[in-house]
Amino acid sequence: MSDTPKLSLDFKGLLCPMPVVKLAQAIKQIQVGELVEAVATDPGVMADIPAWARTSGNELVSLEKQDKVFKFIVKRVK
Amino acid sequence: MVEKKNKLTLVVLSGDMDKVMAAYIIASGAAAAGMEVIMFFTFWGIKAIQKGNLTGKSIFGRMLGVMNRGGVDAIGPSRLNMGGMGRWMFKLMMKKHGVASLHELREACIALGVKLIPCDMSMKVMEIDCEDLIPEVEEPVGVAVMLEHANESSIQYFI
Repeated sequence: MSDTPKLSLDFKGLLCPMPVVKLAQAIKQIQVGELVEAVATDPGVMADIPAWARTSGNELVSLEKQDKVFKFIVKRVK
Repeated sequence: MVEKKNKLTLVVLSGDMDKVMAAYIIASGAAAAGMEVIMFFTFWGIKAIQKGNLTGKSIFGRMLGVMNRGGVDAIGPSRLNMGGMGRWMFKLMMKKHGVASLHELREACIALGVKLIPCDMSMKVMEIDCEDLIPEVEEPVGVAVMLEHANESSIQYFI
């Protein structure tokens, strides 16, 4: 296991529900314990990504606003 | 008492673009969060899983097929449709703001394993055949099957 994300995704311009839909599809491509990182422009992800992580049982490692984009890292737990 | 699963059952009665959109958004969001999702399409809702060709055999059935054209491209919003102008306007505005189309939302649902189940009785009444539906749908069933799904679901919605 490493701290380098296995996948890097671009959700810029996408609105609800596509960031969580694409994240759910992407997380199946990595192994349990690996990380996926993504950037989005929809401020809705600030609430939606943590909620998705809680419901799906995956771990939200970080979520932050940088300039005009939102960056987050999720670890596959199951 | 049946044990509740992490499962969502949606009954889609409406064939309006806005309500079908809400249904596909909720379904894809739930499936993305790892929930098992069942969508049961009945009456006007069947339009959301039709290919979009003309349907019907009898004179009334064919009239219905023309005046109530199915397919996600043909359906309009529940308000302000104004003979199709509203549908055109909403599609344009959704595209401008980067909102996924009904096609994309439905494809996302299918890719995430959402089960699309048509109501058998509605199809018979409206003279819609299995060949008129998109190939990804399950076999048409009745109310008892829908209720069995709903009974073991932690969430049930009627749209």
